[in-house]
Amino acid sequence: MRAQFVLSEIGVGLRRNLTMTFAVIVSVALSLGLFGASLLMRDQVSTMKGYWYDKVNVSIFFCNKNDAAAGTNCAKGAATQQQKDDIKAELNRLPIVQKPVQYESSDQAYKHYKEQFGDTPVAGLVTPDQLPESFRVKLKDPTKYSVIKSAFSERPGVQEVQDQRDTVEPLFNLLNGMNIAALCVMGLMLVVALMLIVNTVRVSAFSRRRETGIMRLVGASSFYIQMPFILEAAIAGLLGAAFACVLIVGGKYILVNNWLAEKIQVINFIGWDSVAAVLPLVLLIGLLMPALAAFFALRKYLKV
Amino acid sequence: MIRFDNVSKTYPKQNRPALRDVSLEIERGEFVFLVGSSGSGKSTFLRLLLREERASHGHVHVLGKDLAKLSNWKVPQMRRQVGTVFQDFRLLPNKTVGQNVAFALEVIGKPRGQIRKTVPEVLELVGLGGKEDRMPGELSGGEQQRVAIARAFVNRPMLLIADEPTGNLDPQTSVGIMKLLDRINRTGTTVVMATHDQQIVDQMRKRVMELEKGRLVRDQSRGVYGYQH
Repeated sequence: MRAQFVLSEIGVGLRRNLTMTFAVIVSVALSLGLFGASLLMRDQVSTMKGYWYDKVNVSIFFCNKNDAAAGTNCAKGAATQQQKDDIKAELNRLPIVQKPVQYESSDQAYKHYKEQFGDTPVAGLVTPDQLPESFRVKLKDPTKYSVIKSAFSERPGVQEVQDQRDTVEPLFNLLNGMNIAALCVMGLMLVVALMLIVNTVRVSAFSRRRETGIMRLVGASSFYIQMPFILEAAIAGLLGAAFACVLIVGGKYILVNNWLAEKIQVINFIGWDSVAAVLPLVLLIGLLMPALAAFFALRKYLKV
Repeated sequence: MIRFDNVSKTYPKQNRPALRDVSLEIERGEFVFLVGSSGSGKSTFLRLLLREERASHGHVHVLGKDLAKLSNWKVPQMRRQVGTVFQDFRLLPNKTVGQNVAFALEVIGKPRGQIRKTVPEVLELVGLGGKEDRMPGELSGGEQQRVAIARAFVNRPMLLIADEPTGNLDPQTSVGIMKLLDRINRTGTTVVMATHDQQIVDQMRKRVMELEKGRLVRDQSRGVYGYQH
């Protein structure tokens, strides 16, 4: 195998199909860019899930004295110390609950509230006795929330059992939906890219049928005959993948680091390590997929 | 060297076989003309020799190998021992004469030093010494065919297959080409040549095989063209 000969053949082939090669590079770049972006988004969702699920917990709010008329369990006014102690003891017996169970008094709730809303006008509207006392229960498995809910929501003195996951879940659903949409677009782009590659190989095989015919006659192995075509596709694919990497890195830098991170500070954004994990995968797919497509296209369009 | 045992070839979607029940044997070092009108099966015969096609029935042996049993990946090895020349020369127009011949060696992975040595030798042999750097388009038809022969012969094949090599050439040039093929034959290479050229066949007085509608109807040593067309 003479490398120089093969390389010069590839150069000629790529130049001859310049427009097609360009189309392949662009479509591979876009589809793999989307692919990488959706992988990163999935990463983002799972880091966010980890971060939030760790923070959120199930809250068992107790009746306070103002609730007497409102809740059905609260007919007798504020929850008694006895009721609270019973529930605490029971929570401590449940194996799914992570100990210790945290107690939040009205004053502490007020303090958190102040922290959250600071000096905004809303902060002045609330007084400590308006905020209910609560147990903050952390579950070993956050999905087992319904067990707590069914066990405690009907207890006397309990105003409400609230799963804070319910408040973050819609966001995750939205992100997952966007992710699926991105994957669908990527799939379509990938099909376009593959069809372009097949077509490029066909044109390339046709325009070089004289050379390949002679190669066949003088006894070149089919590997030798097919190699330039496959490498051509692989190089175009690799260039496309390189562009995809540039898109991903640029997107992370501009969109996430400079824009989102400044706007939304409560969210933990993915770091460069996630990006670094995605790039080799993008490059590998960009290299192998076009090569495989070319290989199968050759079986059809090039007699060996 | 070549043996056909009851070989038939029917192409898909065609009722009439292109070759029917052909049996023959060609010895090492022979020079054989293959004659017959268009559609008589000459091309099919040559394609079977090169294993571009497989026989529908019977066995084709070339260079001591049963082509039916030869696996696909071994076919290139077999073709390296067979040279081929065509009516339309099949040269690469964007390569020089020397590069055209070298191409045949490059694609089978011969080392560069050997290529640089052999190419001028074989061009000298076919009478094109010193024309290495010319482009095929600058050469006459006869010279182009010599380049094609040089390319076919550069590997010193055991068998040379020529499909109407003089079909595009005037009679005088054809004689030159035939002299060259004869010279190659004298080095021990078996030559099988399909032709329509009556003058050449009658002049050379070599073995003649005639095909008619796919059947071998005549096999004559020191034969003549033998039929009017």
